[in-house]
Amino acid sequence: MLNRISTYFYLRPKVVLALMLLPPMLWFLVVYIGSLITMLINSFFYLDGFTGKVIHEFTLRTYIKLFDPINLQIFGRTTLMAASVTLACIIIAFPLSYFMARFASQRMKTFLYLAVTLPLWSSYVVRVYSWKLILAQEGIISWFARLIHLDWLLQLYLNLPGVGGPSLSISATGIFIVFVYIWLPYMIIPIQTALERVPKSLLEASGDLGATPAQTFRTVLLPLAFPGVVAGSIFTFSLTLGDFIVPQLFGNSSFYIGKAVLTYQGTSGNIPLAAAFTMGPIIIMIVYLLIARRLGAFDAL
Amino acid sequence: MPSKNSSQSGGERAAWPLKFGAVGAILFLHVPLWLIFLYAFTTEESAYTFPPPGLTLKWIPQALANPAMQSALYLSIRVAFLATITALVLGTLAAAAVYRYDFFGKESVSFMLILPLALPGIVTGIAMRSAISLIHIPFSFWTIVIGHATFCVVVVYNNVLARFRRSSNSMIEASMDLGANSFQTFWHIVLPNIGTALLAGAILAFSLSFDEVIVTTFTAGNQQTLPIWIFSQMLKPRNRPITNVTAMLVVLITALPILFAQRIVAGSSDSEGGSK
Repeated sequence: MLNRISTYFYLRPKVVLALMLLPPMLWFLVVYIGSLITMLINSFFYLDGFTGKVIHEFTLRTYIKLFDPINLQIFGRTTLMAASVTLACIIIAFPLSYFMARFASQRMKTFLYLAVTLPLWSSYVVRVYSWKLILAQEGIISWFARLIHLDWLLQLYLNLPGVGGPSLSISATGIFIVFVYIWLPYMIIPIQTALERVPKSLLEASGDLGATPAQTFRTVLLPLAFPGVVAGSIFTFSLTLGDFIVPQLFGNSSFYIGKAVLTYQGTSGNIPLAAAFTMGPIIIMIVYLLIARRLGAFDAL
Repeated sequence: MPSKNSSQSGGERAAWPLKFGAVGAILFLHVPLWLIFLYAFTTEESAYTFPPPGLTLKWIPQALANPAMQSALYLSIRVAFLATITALVLGTLAAAAVYRYDFFGKESVSFMLILPLALPGIVTGIAMRSAISLIHIPFSFWTIVIGHATFCVVVVYNNVLARFRRSSNSMIEASMDLGANSFQTFWHIVLPNIGTALLAGAILAFSLSFDEVIVTTFTAGNQQTLPIWIFSQMLKPRNRPITNVTAMLVVLITALPILFAQRIVAGSSDSEGGSK
């Protein structure tokens, strides 16, 4: 019996293919692509301000709302945060990636690779939580500032408008630090992969031909590492755009895209506006990916 | 940039600013995790004073006996378990189809599977939320599982596909030539061959689901998974010592299996699921 079924299938590879492909494709088309489409549809509905009900008719008024000064400010603030987080990640990741690619022995490299990826796999919420402990007013940063008698400087910094706040754990600086910490591994790995491919002889040749180390870095190493940097920045940028946990926990009342989406759909039940808002990061990411492709980032993945 | 000098150092030795930068980055990644372990033992109940005024073991049994924590942990384990099973089936089927056959749209399969992880979590979250609300499904345990399974498929798919590509087809042909039918071949040849890839994929999928908070926020009703419980504790701290201990517990539950998974696939370059 089994043999006959087996033969039946063996002679009809198309049936087997259909049986294999159908469950995952159906799942993704219905659950995922279907959801994305309903989100798109939802963004063309609107919320009736009086009844608090979502009106199911085609309109652009929800999208027009996105251009309110308040909402534009949210987009601007979030993009600025994503850009600064990305820049900081590049600066912190580069030395480590370069060390891993060029100087670490094979054993050392395996160890470092594990050391970089392990935080990525330990719980995201807990990693965020650890910064609640660190940035708290009574936490380790304040303790250290007092230890080296620089607590006045910390206080001075916290009084600055824009970046400061009542304590580091409620400030734009806090959000920034936590984002950099959380997404850093996503930057280290692609830069390391790109640097790994730079032949050592190229750097030696540059030195032999009379370039100073700074020149070698600027004209040889950096251009070759650039695709890796862009690849990493796709992650840091996209992840920062869509996160609401960190701004919620470390921010004051100023909104970021993720937090706005959460508030609109949750507190005010305005799913159309939340859906339209989400098109923001999607469009920003599409533009970013197009630029990244032009810069050759996908060759490094 | 400290790496400037290193190109001159000739041999295999890095300049000290470069080493300093590298060590600094590693410490930056790891010290916060050590602090989680330290604070699980602090005697303090309502603040995060450093250094802790004293150390104690008394919170650990209290945390383990906390009913809210227990039910959140139990829910997370059940969700992760079902999401992993679903992801194993769907991911393996997709990987096998892509490996064995040529068909129209083959290149876009990987792309579609990775989308839920590649797009910001909030996109997946709000998309599912709007679908759920549009067709009036009640939020439940099952909506959480469906959401999680969707973004877990790709890690299984990546691991299994990588294993398929490394293994040769001749074993399967030999098995068929010697008279085994497809089912016997699958059971005796294919399954043992991809076994460790399945296990590694399953561990990664489990950790991914166990840890997820953004999509879950949108697909859960009033159920609290463990990460959501910790998140709510951070918003309104009611029971800090219990949260501290739970945080440590979560690090252990998610990180240890990953170390184990790394070990399974060590030596082979299988662990493509490493990009989360």
